[in-house]
Amino acid sequence: MTPALDRPFGVYVHIPFCAARCDYCDFATWTDRSGELITAYVDACVTDVTRRYTREDCPPATSIFFGGGTPSLLPAGELVRILDAIPRVSDAEVTVECNPESADEAKLRSYRDHGVTRLSFGVQSMVPHVLLSLGRVHNPESVERCVGTARDLGFETFNLDLIYGASGESTDDWRRTIERVLELDPPHISASALTVESGTPLARRVGEGECAAPDDDDQAEKYITADELFADAGLDWYEISNWARPGNECRHNRLYWDQGEYLGIGCAAHGHTGALRWWNVRTPERYVDLVRHDGTAEAGSEALGESARSEEAITLSLRTRSGVVADPVQVECSRIVEEGLATWESANLVLTQRGRLLANDATARLLAAGDVVRELAPTGRPAGRG
Amino acid sequence: MRLYPRRVPDISANRCFSLLAHIDHGKSTLADRILEICKAVDPRDMRAQYLDSMDIERERGITIKAQNVRLNHKGHILNLIDTPGHVDFSYEVSRSLAACEGIVLLVDASQGIEAQTLANCYLAMEHDLAIVAALNKIDLPSADPDRVAAEIERVLGIPASECLPISAKTGAGVPELLDAIIEHIPAPTGDPDAPLQALIFDSYYDAYRGVVSSIRVVEGTLKSNARLRYVQANATHDAEEVGVRLPAPTPVESLGPGEVGYIIAGIKDVGAARVGETVTEAVRSAPALVGYRDPKPMVFCGLYPIDGDEFTELREALEKLRLNDASFTYEPESSGALGFGFRCGFLGLLHMEIVRERLEREYRLSLIATSPNVEYLAHRTDGGVEVVDNPSAMPQSNTLDFIEEPYVTVTILTPTDYVGTLMELCRQRRGDMKKMEYLSEARVELAYELPLGEIVLDFFDQLKSRTKGYASLDYEPLGMRRSELVKVDVLLNAVPVDAFSTIVHRDKAYEYGKKMTSKLRELIPRQLFDVPIQAAIGGRIIARETVKAKRKDVLAKCYGGDITRKRKLIERQKEGKKRMKQIGRVEVPQEAFISALKLEE
Repeated sequence: MTPALDRPFGVYVHIPFCAARCDYCDFATWTDRSGELITAYVDACVTDVTRRYTREDCPPATSIFFGGGTPSLLPAGELVRILDAIPRVSDAEVTVECNPESADEAKLRSYRDHGVTRLSFGVQSMVPHVLLSLGRVHNPESVERCVGTARDLGFETFNLDLIYGASGESTDDWRRTIERVLELDPPHISASALTVESGTPLARRVGEGECAAPDDDDQAEKYITADELFADAGLDWYEISNWARPGNECRHNRLYWDQGEYLGIGCAAHGHTGALRWWNVRTPERYVDLVRHDGTAEAGSEALGESARSEEAITLSLRTRSGVVADPVQVECSRIVEEGLATWESANLVLTQRGRLLANDATARLLAAGDVVRELAPTGRPAGRG
Repeated sequence: MRLYPRRVPDISANRCFSLLAHIDHGKSTLADRILEICKAVDPRDMRAQYLDSMDIERERGITIKAQNVRLNHKGHILNLIDTPGHVDFSYEVSRSLAACEGIVLLVDASQGIEAQTLANCYLAMEHDLAIVAALNKIDLPSADPDRVAAEIERVLGIPASECLPISAKTGAGVPELLDAIIEHIPAPTGDPDAPLQALIFDSYYDAYRGVVSSIRVVEGTLKSNARLRYVQANATHDAEEVGVRLPAPTPVESLGPGEVGYIIAGIKDVGAARVGETVTEAVRSAPALVGYRDPKPMVFCGLYPIDGDEFTELREALEKLRLNDASFTYEPESSGALGFGFRCGFLGLLHMEIVRERLEREYRLSLIATSPNVEYLAHRTDGGVEVVDNPSAMPQSNTLDFIEEPYVTVTILTPTDYVGTLMELCRQRRGDMKKMEYLSEARVELAYELPLGEIVLDFFDQLKSRTKGYASLDYEPLGMRRSELVKVDVLLNAVPVDAFSTIVHRDKAYEYGKKMTSKLRELIPRQLFDVPIQAAIGGRIIARETVKAKRKDVLAKCYGGDITRKRKLIERQKEGKKRMKQIGRVEVPQEAFISALKLEE
């Protein structure tokens, strides 16, 4: 392991395998794959990351994130095989997304022993009928069990992932989810509104009238409920959909909002290195095949011009607690403040709770108004370890 | 210039006639057969609907522009003048008829006579024209020539025994029809040495030659190179070329009385050579022929480019189109909802559709039209009178005494089965029945007095759908009448949206208000605050809907580091903001207004 360096650099590893596909998920996930494919896939990830490190001048990772899919579905040794192939600093943040059903004690222990520092559990809801409507296979008790195990094993920090606004989820259901989750005293929560992505089973069901489309007002109410209850429990928002106890912010997550650099390893993973945003092919078979024969599995990339880059910076930064540096005399900024969408915190324009709910709109307005936001705040890197 | 040899000093061998028929009764097919029999077109060049030159004419099976062709048959010269068949162009028809001594009334032997044909036939009788009646499509199994002949005898007094059975498709009976034309339609009269009087019955603009006018010489002789005076336009021009259509345009030295042909006189704008114009000699002037009328637009709408950047293109297209069609008017206007466009006036609904279609097709423009309206007379309380052709320009109700609107007499011919539903339709449209007459056991003629404004919306579509397409319609202006009309405004957050202001009868105001507000509620995106959508007459609100404030937009998470997707989403939203129309504080994408107007159509 390499000593810590100033330059934050992340590696995202996508594990596309799942036991079953959730109704709302439009991400690259595959069920029913043979063990052979999994082995080949892990081999390809190892080759890919090793090659990237050899060919490009990548610094050791300050954060590594195994996302999916369901990374915890991999045999622990396979996941560790990839992790060991990634050069990282001594105090790197290493997160693994876990499905409560597939995260048993042996697996979590193995993760811990090999340097995983942070777990992210896909909880979604603590109410059985809501889980059912999302097409999830676990039950709320398994979440409690996992969190207990993680604590027992000495994981200092972990995240619970929630989704609100599913069909049939009442306001009380959501409140109950929050309360049961807060009883577990999590250091970090991310909560996102259920979105109907085209091409998903959920989109089909909504399209055929089998279940109602998520309602914006309902989701807005639920966001507000969550934000307030989380704050009461000592979890502060640091990005629109992320709350943490101070010092428990996810370092890898911050990298995304700070326009930081990271490698994308695995199919459908996105990377950002040099001035280039790039992404890999979507299916695991193609990924394995391309890494094996071509040396790269990149499907596409885009180089952002200066203005696109600065607009992107504003878009991302406005989602965070630090906001953007802006000139108070600019019309659109003051309008947004007048409308209660943002407040001034010294020179920074920071979204209010109402503004966070309407972040896209506020951002689009600022950008459409032109030179409103001059430049980004030199945002401090995340203070504590994630 | 080589000229077509002339050897027709004998006027008595000339016949000038027109074909009158309803859409689909086979007029263009008959014209094709006549061209073939008279060997006017080389068989290799023959194509269907030979005389209909515009794509729109061929597709819709209608004639928009009058055409003429000079044919030789059995020692006679036949001048066939093909006329438009639609009520919008009744003035053009009347001028074509004024160029003839007779008509061929062509009636589908299974359908029977239709309203416009009847109206045009009455017009021909007013002009004292000879009528040769022909029953077409006798080859069809559904043909019932005896019934239709009886109907013609009853309605027009033409003996059933004189109706010629023909099939324009197979050619059966067409030679006999030509014989009947020669026999029954009188030869023109006129003095070749008298001062020139020639009637223009059609003009079109040719990019190379300028305006080409179709002309019928009534008195005197029209000579190539002569110095001419256009009486109505009060202008002089030199006859650059005089010719006849065989149907290929063929220059001649001169045209005498009773001859039909064309003239090119270096004119750049059809407005200077209008239908109905009288052409005479500059030095030896004759008075104008009777019957000239300035074309008067009856139906108005706003035309806007969907892409605001195409405004200049639209203006240029309108300018060019007007070179060819002096009967529509346009002037720039601007709308808070639709941006910059033009208020256009048309002879009627079909004319409006044709102009719009030509703009879109020939000039590749995407247009949106506001809902059509008529021209009103607004009588103010101070005694002043204003002509209003745009509902949003109607004076405020507190300064308005009353409104007058144009009325028309509508003639409907329908199978008896549909009389009930048509009477209901006319009653809904504020109609006043004037006449109901059985033409035969199966068909009825209805006459109503109706506000034109009620017809321009969807009366024709209703008529067709309620009668499975069997009823036909004709109307003629009746003058202005005082009505209980009100202006309904649609307000977005208390600001009127000009494109949706309308003038309706008081009894229908609520219905319109309800419809527009609920439609807009579906289309106006949620804002950061509640937006009331109201319909109002003056200060009185008659309908209201609310677009609830938007509380949240997409909060999807960022999967796998995919920032690109997020950036593109915001970029689209940003571009969307730039295209927004601002109505007061409310931002509305222009598409919302366009959808609302499209639903209206």
